[in-house]
Amino acid sequence: MMFIRSFVFFLGVLAAFALGWIGIVGVPDMMLARIEAPPELKRYTAEQLYGRSIYVREGCLYCHSQQVRPEGFGADQARFWGRPSVPADYLYDKPHLLGTMRTGPDLFNIGARQTSEEWHLLHLYNPRLVTKGSIMPPHPWLFEEKPTAGPGEEALVLPDSLAPARKVVVPTAEAKALVAYLLSLNHTYPVSQGAASDDTAKTRR
Amino acid sequence: MSRPPAERQVSRTIAADQRLSDELTRIGIDDSAASPTVLFLASGVAWLLIGSLMGLIASVKLDLPDWLGGAGPITFGRLRPVHLNAVTYGWISLAGSGMIVWLMGRLCRTHIRWTALLFLSAILWNIGLFLGSALVILGYSGGMEWLEFPLPAAAVIALAFILFALSMFRTFAARQVEHVYVSLWYILASLTWFPLLYVIANAGLYQGVGEAAMNWWYGHNAITVWFTPIGLAGAYYFIPKVIGRPIYSYYLGLLGFWSFALFYNWNGLHHLVGGPLPTWAISVSIVASLMMFVPVLAVAVNHHMTALGHLSMIRYSPTLRFVVFGAMSYTATSFQGSLEATRSVQEVAHFTHYTVGHAHLGMYAFVTMVLFGAVYYIMPRIAKWEWPYPNLIKVHFWLSAAGIAIYFLSLTLGGWLQGLAMNTPSIPFIDTVNLTKPYLWGRAVGGTLMTIGHCVFAYHFLLVIHRAGPKRFAPVWFRKAEEVAAP
Ligand code: HEC
Ligand code: HEM
Repeated sequence: MMFIRSFVFFLGVLAAFALGWIGIVGVPDMMLARIEAPPELKRYTAEQLYGRSIYVREGCLYCHSQQVRPEGFGADQARFWGRPSVPADYLYDKPHLLGTMRTGPDLFNIGARQTSEEWHLLHLYNPRLVTKGSIMPPHPWLFEEKPTAGPGEEALVLPDSLAPARKVVVPTAEAKALVAYLLSLNHTYPVSQGAASDDTAKTRR
Repeated sequence: MSRPPAERQVSRTIAADQRLSDELTRIGIDDSAASPTVLFLASGVAWLLIGSLMGLIASVKLDLPDWLGGAGPITFGRLRPVHLNAVTYGWISLAGSGMIVWLMGRLCRTHIRWTALLFLSAILWNIGLFLGSALVILGYSGGMEWLEFPLPAAAVIALAFILFALSMFRTFAARQVEHVYVSLWYILASLTWFPLLYVIANAGLYQGVGEAAMNWWYGHNAITVWFTPIGLAGAYYFIPKVIGRPIYSYYLGLLGFWSFALFYNWNGLHHLVGGPLPTWAISVSIVASLMMFVPVLAVAVNHHMTALGHLSMIRYSPTLRFVVFGAMSYTATSFQGSLEATRSVQEVAHFTHYTVGHAHLGMYAFVTMVLFGAVYYIMPRIAKWEWPYPNLIKVHFWLSAAGIAIYFLSLTLGGWLQGLAMNTPSIPFIDTVNLTKPYLWGRAVGGTLMTIGHCVFAYHFLLVIHRAGPKRFAPVWFRKAEEVAAP
């Protein structure tokens, strides 16, 4: 009797868990397995992937989302952050970087919105150089201080107050890769929202 | 035992109510649990200190972004995940496990089996946490929230948990009681669920949006299958225990447990409302979140009715004060969470600091406060040494309570205003940042109070372990015993 009761208990517990897993992960994932990549969605280059790993390493994710909300849900459309994102946009993403915070703006289309490599480098070195009042962390360890810029290197143009004495600041390969990744975040190509995910587009309000 | 007569009177009444027939068995059982419990609790307290400090530094970095801004390992984006992992997989998990070991002995009325596995588990767990935190600091984060620890560290933690669960199941199988008490249901379920969940989530089975679904299924289910059961098991045990009355209704307990198991496993996708997932899947999670009113009400009514007429005891009992604060916060967090999951609230709150306020209401005001209460009850009984300075307990309580209140109110208000501003396209983005600044300072103030409280708690904890400070002969009550007996 006691054994049977324990058995039923653990069976119920396992079933409750498994149903949830199948229901909200397994089934959606299976349905999404059918979608195809839009032709304009490019695979990341080696450099962009390297940059992406630095995005993960520095935890940009904790302040920036990469998902655009549809019309009528928030102001993403009115802020021109891009068309609503669809599952097909993320086919090559691992780990996913959808994010849950917007301490800073959404970056899903930052490559279309801010195309200047120079701006990005300055901003990464110290965000307050380009945006007064920003609370984004500075990332000086992605840069190098040296007496003069080497061949093919370009030093940042810093105000005197921040420039190190008799030295210049040049981006490392990490900074350049990170910017290459940011510039690749451009999902402005058209998608047929219906094909990409049948009911995402339809029932979103 | 030379207790003052009045106190003996009180403890006799309580003991009679609890129908604990054989004090000697109980002491024997407590002794068998003592060393592993202390090991788990002490590790938990250490991670509480580490985690709070990380949280506090991360918090101040949002106020002064250039402070300690020169080095990668201590940037916000690395300290923040270390904070989360240290307080949840460190403090709550380890202190929770310590509480579970001790409760297991009490509720199964038998000594703890396979204690060697418990020692091994605690050691491995600490190694896993240390390794994982170090790897995140050094730049090897896995990149998904709640799953930042890379595989080597996650594997060690998984192994530690499985060893822990084996010892607990063995003890359960050897139980000397007919009746399996409510707290045990939650414990047994979580011991079954969490290892499965943790292994599946770290197995790397998904990609793209499917991985996002898995990520938030995991993120919320960690709360469902591990952190909440710890808090509820504690609340279900200590409220009736300290008050000295049986739980109000077994059937409400049953209803609460099974509706919890059924609905709470489906909540995860409310973290992705408005995101690029099939709408039906998100809607399912929203409905499941609303259904959570059922288990939450069942638990709330059950605890309330148990405590009814005896609530004044929170003035006297340190444990009850913390645990009741926690249980009430459980109701509050859950109500808030159910409403927060709806589309209209998510539209404003989702991407803001409001969510962080909610997270701390659950993980701190509920689970952490229950655990503090549990530690105040358990430690003197296994260390054979009462808390030497009752006033330190009061100081700890008020620092924690005031700290979390300030923390929660700041971020809830600040986050909501941030969300409204963000949804107003005419407001430049940077102004949504600027308007949150005073509230982020408010959070830092609240967090400082909490962290000081944790230092007081840790100091007092060390005194008990070392049996230092004035020797006391009866459990701590904040007032004289005659006053307790009066109402
Ligand atoms: C503490 C939160 C925080 C972290 C961590 C963070 N950011 Fe930011 N980010 C912000 C804020 C706030 C802004 C808006 C103000 C500004 O432009 O600096 C911003 C703006 C940006 C912008 C400009 C967006 C636009 O629309 O103009 C980019 C690009 C950016 N961040 C990239 C990054 C990258 C890359 C990382 C990781 C290396 C990162 N951020 C980490 C908070 C953060
Ligand atoms: C045991 C106590 C604590 C627990 C269990 C806890 C838990 C958590 C959790 C779950 C999150 C993730 C929130 C989310 O993603 O929505 C978080 C984030 C955070 N916590 Fe804590 N916390 C505790 C104490 C503290 C303290 C004392 C501080 C000090 C100020 C603090 C500061 C922070 C900060 C700054 C974040 C990051 C928020 C962001 O990303 O903007 N926490 N904590």
